[in-house]
Amino acid sequence: MIETKNITFSPERLAQVQTLLKRYPEGKQKSAILPILHLAQKDFGWISVEVMDYVAGLLDIQHIEVYEVATFYTMFHVHPVGKNVLEVCRTGPCMLVGSDNIVKYLEQKLNIQDGETTPDGMFTIKTVECLGACGYAPMMQVGEKYHEFLTEEKIDQLLEAFRQNATQL
Amino acid sequence: MSRLKILTEHINKPEITGIEGYIKNGGYRSLEKALKKMQPDEVTEEVKKSGLRGRGGAGFPTGMKWSFIFKGSDKPRYLLCNADESEPGTFKDRLLMEKIPHLLIEGMIASSFALGVRTAYIYIRGEYMYILHILQQAIDEAYAKGYLGENILGTSYSLDLHVHPGGGAYICGEETALIESLEGKRGNPRIKPPFPAVEGLWGCPTIVNNVETICKVPFIINEGGEAYAKIGIGASTGTKLISACGNINKPGVYEIELGVPVEEFIYSDEYCGGIKGGKQLKALVPGGSSVPILPQRLITTTAKGEPRLMSYESLADGGFATGSMLGSGGFIVFDEDQCVVRNTWNFSRFYHHESCGQCSPCREGTGWMEKILHRLEHGHGRMEDIDLLWDVQRKIEGNTICPFGDAAAWPVAAAIRHFRDEFEWHVLQPQEATRRNYGMGRSAEPVTA
Repeated sequence: MIETKNITFSPERLAQVQTLLKRYPEGKQKSAILPILHLAQKDFGWISVEVMDYVAGLLDIQHIEVYEVATFYTMFHVHPVGKNVLEVCRTGPCMLVGSDNIVKYLEQKLNIQDGETTPDGMFTIKTVECLGACGYAPMMQVGEKYHEFLTEEKIDQLLEAFRQNATQL
Repeated sequence: MSRLKILTEHINKPEITGIEGYIKNGGYRSLEKALKKMQPDEVTEEVKKSGLRGRGGAGFPTGMKWSFIFKGSDKPRYLLCNADESEPGTFKDRLLMEKIPHLLIEGMIASSFALGVRTAYIYIRGEYMYILHILQQAIDEAYAKGYLGENILGTSYSLDLHVHPGGGAYICGEETALIESLEGKRGNPRIKPPFPAVEGLWGCPTIVNNVETICKVPFIINEGGEAYAKIGIGASTGTKLISACGNINKPGVYEIELGVPVEEFIYSDEYCGGIKGGKQLKALVPGGSSVPILPQRLITTTAKGEPRLMSYESLADGGFATGSMLGSGGFIVFDEDQCVVRNTWNFSRFYHHESCGQCSPCREGTGWMEKILHRLEHGHGRMEDIDLLWDVQRKIEGNTICPFGDAAAWPVAAAIRHFRDEFEWHVLQPQEATRRNYGMGRSAEPVTA
C-alpha cells in the first residue's frame, strides 16, 4: 500500500499545473480538475481525501467539488491499490472472446478476487467496462498501456515482467 | 476494384504520424484553401452539400448542426471534439488519433474557422492517455509550423487547440455531459433546450462533433461537398469507419464506402473474413452496444427480402421490429456458441454501471434489468421475468433527460423481441442453461412476415 503523506506536488508538477490552468478562460480553472487528478494519481498512487483537499486548494474551489468529481469518474482509485492495477475489460465484445477466463486466471494466479490487492502490494485486479479495444480482445490496461490479445501465457509473461521491474511496463 | 479511402489511405505509413510525413502526403492542404480562399460560411455550405452525418452514433447532418451555432452575441464560440469513444464495440477513433493525429488537427482548424471559433478542445477518454500524448505532440508540432496560434498561415485567423482527458465515464460521450465534464463537474447531461449551439461550454455557443466527423472535413474542403456526396449510397454519403469485433476471422477497423452489402462485409476476406472456426453466424449488433441486436435471418437480408446494406437507411429498414441502426459503426458479430441472455445481461451490467444516476427511470431501471437478467442467466429466472424485463425497459425508453436511457433499453427490447425462445429456455431448463448454450434456435428460421 502506498501511504498518502506529504501530499504536495513537486515544483515540476506545479509548473505543469500552471500550464494546464492557462488552457481555460479566467475564472474557469475548475476545468483543470480531471487533468490534475490524473497527475495526482500518478504521483500519489491513489486519490485519498487528503489528495482531493490538496487539489481543491490548487484550484481554489470547495472540497466537495473535488469529492463529487473524484468519486464519479471510475478511473480514480479512491481506496489504496497495488503498484500495478490490472484493469481487465469485461464488457460484451471482450466477453465473447474469453475475458471471463482471463479474470478467472488472474484471480487464481494471484490468489485474490476482483477488486482485491495482493498482500505484497504488487497487484490489484479491477474489472472495468469497455476500453475501446474490442477488436484486440481480450485485453487489460495497466497504467497507461494497453495489453491486447491476452492469453494465459501472455499473462504469465506480463506478471513476471511487472514483478521484475517492480514498476509499470 | 480499389476502394476509395478518405481517412485511411495513408494510415499504414509510419511517417504519417509526424507533421512532415503528413504534409508530404498531402496534409494541411485544406487550410490553404479554406483560410485564404473561402469565407467561413462557404466552408459550412460545402459540409452541408456533402451530406456528412455525425459519426458518433446519431447520424445528424453535420452542416445543419453547424448552421445552428448562435452568432447573435459577442460571447466566444467553442468547438469540442468528442473523442470519448466508449460505446462497446467501437474502437475506430482510436485508430485515427493514434496513427494520423494531424488529420484530426487539420479538421479541427478548418471546422473552427467555419464556426468562428478561437479556442477548441479535444475531449478524449482518460483511458486513452497514451493517445493524448500523441495528440499533444502533434498539436505542439502544428503550433511550431504555424498551423495553430496567432495568424495562421499569415491570415487574420487565430486558433488555440487543447486536448483534455476524461476520467472514465461512458456518459461523457453524450454532448452535454461532455460539456459538464469539461467544466470540471460530474458528467450529468443537461436538459435541452437550450441546445449547446446556443448555450454550451461556460454558457457560450458550442458545437460538439465526433473525431471521425471532423476528420472528414479536410477532404470535403479539398474536393468539394458534391464530390463527397457522390460517394456512398442515397442519404448515407461518403465512407464510414467500421470497427469489427466478436467471433470473426479478421477483427479490426475498416473504412467502407457506405452501401457495401452486410453479407460482403462479414464474409469477404477484404473485411471480416467470415466467422471464426467456420461456425454459423447467430446474431449481429451492427452499430455499438446500444443498437438493437439482429438475429441471423435479418442480418444479410431485410424483412422485405432485400439485401441488407451497410448504410443508415438499410440497417434501419423495418424499424425496430426487424431492423437496427448503423450507430457508431461498432460491429459485433456473434457465432452459434454465444448466449444472447448472457450477452444482454453483460450489456445491462454495463449500462447500470455507467448510468449517471440523474433520472430515476434510468438509475433504477438499469439496476432492475441487470438484476433480472442476472437471475435468468444464472438459472433462477421465472417465466414472468421476461415480461417484467420488457416492462422495465419500456418505462426507461423516452423517459430520461438524455438518450442513455434509450441506449440501455433498446438492446434488452431487441433481445426479447428476437430471442424470446432463448430466454424461455433459460427459465424452463435452468440446469441445462448453466451447462451449455442454447444454439441457433429461431434466429435461423426464415422470415415469415
